[in-house]
Amino acid sequence: MSEATVADTRRLNSKPQDLTDAYGPPSNFLEIDVFDPQTIGVGRNRFTTYEVRMKTNLPIFKLKESCVRRRYSDFEWLKNELERDSKIVVPPLPGKALKRQLPFRGDEGIFEESFIEERRSGLEQFINRIAGHPLAQNERCLHMFLQDESIDRNYIPGKVRQ
Amino acid sequence: MSFFSFGQTAEIDIVLNDAETRKKVEHKTEDGKKDKYFLFYDGETVSGKVNVTLKNPGKRLEHQGIKIEFIGQIELYFDRGNHHEFVSLVKDLARPGEMAQSQTFDFEFTHVEKPYESYTGQNVKLRYFLRAIISRRLNDVCKELDIVVHTLSTYPELNSSIKMEVGIEDCLHIEFEYNKSKYHLKDVIVGKIYFLLVRIKIKHMEIDIIKRETTGTGPNVYHENDTIAKYEIMDGAPVRGESIPIRLFLAGYEMTPTMRDINKKFSVRYYLNLVLIDEEERRYFKQQEITLWRKGDIVRKSMSHQAAIASQRFEGSASSEKALSQAKEEDD
Repeated sequence: MSEATVADTRRLNSKPQDLTDAYGPPSNFLEIDVFDPQTIGVGRNRFTTYEVRMKTNLPIFKLKESCVRRRYSDFEWLKNELERDSKIVVPPLPGKALKRQLPFRGDEGIFEESFIEERRSGLEQFINRIAGHPLAQNERCLHMFLQDESIDRNYIPGKVRQ
Repeated sequence: MSFFSFGQTAEIDIVLNDAETRKKVEHKTEDGKKDKYFLFYDGETVSGKVNVTLKNPGKRLEHQGIKIEFIGQIELYFDRGNHHEFVSLVKDLARPGEMAQSQTFDFEFTHVEKPYESYTGQNVKLRYFLRAIISRRLNDVCKELDIVVHTLSTYPELNSSIKMEVGIEDCLHIEFEYNKSKYHLKDVIVGKIYFLLVRIKIKHMEIDIIKRETTGTGPNVYHENDTIAKYEIMDGAPVRGESIPIRLFLAGYEMTPTMRDINKKFSVRYYLNLVLIDEEERRYFKQQEITLWRKGDIVRKSMSHQAAIASQRFEGSASSEKALSQAKEEDD
């Protein structure tokens, strides 16, 4: 007596992949680097800026390559704008380091090299996580942060259409 | 329990007539342990003997009647006091009187309707049991014997595949397909995911089986979700035009058939959850209900009988007559 029929586990038919799709550049190319920290100014009015360089082939971004300078408070501004306007859970920024800004420290405070490196790395993680989020990608504030020369804090918040 | 040793007590034992031949299956108890119980199907007769053994020889047992019940009931854990009996049969075994010695009573519940499958869940339990009771003035003597009922189905006539295109505008478009919408408990889910547009960085993709137990009605509906299985189907980043196959064997997982609105008290439904995870641990998912059913494995024997009948119809020869009687012998 023959066994009960064996289940049919053959794959479903699918369209063969186009070779240009298979070997072409992926459509999800998005790379943002935060580097080259520069401390500008003297004495108590010093602050550190970082270069934010972006390369992408996502159609939602107007420029495929951009390079701007931003400081920590600019990142804070972006975080606040997104928390208010977008539906995403915004990742945390590296710390504000208020303790480091108090006087009578033995070291350089917020201009200490190791601290700046820690902060740079945290900012890079932060911006990459946000820029890759589909619900953040159409926010005006993100595009302005990444691709406009300077941030206009009096801008009109809104969405970017493709 | 009697504190007075000069009373008479009895022990009850329920034994099924077909205890030797009837199949036993494993069933989870409320505290998670697994026990074996006799397996019954809808319409089967439940018959056996109730042995009443007197503990103190020589003394008589006064009672207000001995009876046996066959009960099918639903118990909601948050409402323990109220058992909802959907099957309740009684057979009187003895009229009120005295028992001088241990006795055995026969009983038979003929062709009992058992409309639902036995189920022990997180918030609800559906069980069938025999209960023999010796009624007495102060306290009854009671014994229960649980059985397990399975509901069987045959291959559904209509079993369309599930095929859908879903996605996020301009970010991710996929087309998923599962070969059926109704699967039996030992079936295989065969499917595929086809990527139409990939603008996010996907790290991997998995398919989960989720069991949802729903109890309560109206404003008191409560869903209990349980992820039964997580099965990775893709590791790495796909690009446009790629097709990822799915082959998920259900026999390895502990599942029940889909139970819809049982006696208007609870439901147990199953969902396939397709989950894509990107490099930032963001999850994109699409849930789809599937129907699970239980296939009988007694089909083989009756099929040989039926196959023999069919061959006789066409050939009408002596050899097929022999096959028919041979098959009949197998069945008996």
